[in-house]
Amino acid sequence: MRDNSYQAVMARRPDIMKAAVGMDYSRFESGGIAFDYEGMMQAPGLSLQEIEAIQHSYAIGNTPLIELKNITALARACAAPGKGARIFVKDEASNPSGSFKARRAAVSVEMARRMGYKGVVTATSGNYGAAVASCAAKAGLRCIVVQECFDSHGVGQPEIVEKARKCEAFGAEVLQLTVGPELFYVFLRLLEETGYFNASLYTPYAILGIETLGAEIARQFRTLEGRDPDLVIATNAGGGNLTGTARGLLHENCATPVAAASVSLHGLHMASDTQFNRKSFTTGHTGFGVPFSTWPDRSDVPRSAGRPLRYLHSYHTVTQGEVFFMTETLSRLEGMERGPAGNTSLAAAFSLARQMPSDQCIVVQETEYTGAGKHHNAQLAFARSRGIDIRFGDPRDEVPGQSIVLPRAPELIQAQEADLAQMRRSLIRNARQHFPGLVRPEDIPFLMDETRADEAFVRAQCEEEP
Amino acid sequence: MPKQGDWVRIHSVVLSPDQRAPQVPEDTAGVPLEMWVKGYLTEDAQVGDAVTVRTAAGRLAQGTLTEGGLNYTHSFGDNVPELRQVAAMVWDRVFGGDSHA
Repeated sequence: MRDNSYQAVMARRPDIMKAAVGMDYSRFESGGIAFDYEGMMQAPGLSLQEIEAIQHSYAIGNTPLIELKNITALARACAAPGKGARIFVKDEASNPSGSFKARRAAVSVEMARRMGYKGVVTATSGNYGAAVASCAAKAGLRCIVVQECFDSHGVGQPEIVEKARKCEAFGAEVLQLTVGPELFYVFLRLLEETGYFNASLYTPYAILGIETLGAEIARQFRTLEGRDPDLVIATNAGGGNLTGTARGLLHENCATPVAAASVSLHGLHMASDTQFNRKSFTTGHTGFGVPFSTWPDRSDVPRSAGRPLRYLHSYHTVTQGEVFFMTETLSRLEGMERGPAGNTSLAAAFSLARQMPSDQCIVVQETEYTGAGKHHNAQLAFARSRGIDIRFGDPRDEVPGQSIVLPRAPELIQAQEADLAQMRRSLIRNARQHFPGLVRPEDIPFLMDETRADEAFVRAQCEEEP
Repeated sequence: MPKQGDWVRIHSVVLSPDQRAPQVPEDTAGVPLEMWVKGYLTEDAQVGDAVTVRTAAGRLAQGTLTEGGLNYTHSFGDNVPELRQVAAMVWDRVFGGDSHA
């Protein structure tokens, strides 16, 4: 009989994963820090056109690119003369499951189907579960979604409760857990029990699926404006959204810089039972965004295909109150009722646009669906019921877990720029800790690619004490 | 009494506090990892019984039969008056005048 203790299952992780993603990651390894990232991305042998064909067969993609003229007007009313870039948004909520996650789910589910798997399993409390469930429904595959949903008192985060409902609406089995990273243990046991495909967010399939989003932005923007946008901004959590979008832009020879935005949950521990229901964002926040950017291989596959520091030009944080403010603004000024998490990058864009000349353009690369539980009113009401202090004021005074400060004027929405050099240093430090010993010559160009940094920067970090 | 074939929800303890991963913070380490799943009851039972269900994915899962948990009760939440103030503020800045928000 198989030993199903926590330690025994975790020890079987490499073999379970190999069987569940239909891909041998060892052939991309060099035996140290460096690995063949581009080789891994090309291994599935799927061109952008083939990925688009898969997504179209699932009714995914070709979402509208919409100019937010009234939000631009508001930004200009809060900016110096001549400032206030035009803001556009890619309305990804119009995908069948209500978010851009449909793009990555479609490729994973279709590959699972082609490889003969009978079902797919995914560990996610977010929109990705709904996306996988939706695609599995269309592909005729079984689907299991594992969620971190409740605190130890059985109180569910309303947004995650809603995701469970949506997954079940598409016919998925949903396992709902209390707080803790051992969710991964449950996930591994399920993969072993069922022999299903691991529809991970971090395989090449998943990231290739997002490249179409970047490519569409480049093509649609050129059709609308006859040029490239000046900035594309993406909400960042696990890093796949940003990576795929940036790669898609590059595929279309679009050199527009890509920025990341996350909600600041500074001070909250993501694995804490008591803090679990004191945050109002379950994704798109710094609790995922920073650790996954500075060490992508903490994901559920041996090497993550989402590696945001390779692509991002700047990283901005916004507060929960700022995002809720912009979510209400999107609804009331543009007639678009969308979920708050997807509007993280919109809040950052509203801040950045006010510093940019008025003839420039920013593209916010996603929206997500909203509904009971995940509506901003639902989240604020839940937070208030948990004793969080909700008030108007200066968002800089917000303390995650204690208060949500709605800006008393739109001028006070001020995205904070994170220290990218610090994040690059952190990635190199993490790589060296993961592969103790000397940094080899082939690791230097790899780390330069990993961090978008020059050789002198990388060498300086590699010479420090680990 | 729940009958064989009824759609029900079961509960189980996946890891007791002493079995939890070493890296979890203290508050989490002090409570068990619990799990809920839904499925079709394989035999007649009463709430609190150890039962087996067949899940939506066709799996057999074991746990304790719980009461309720099948209805979706999440909502748009109690009225948050501040959101109407946000709406009025941004409307006035863009369109001017009385928004009646």
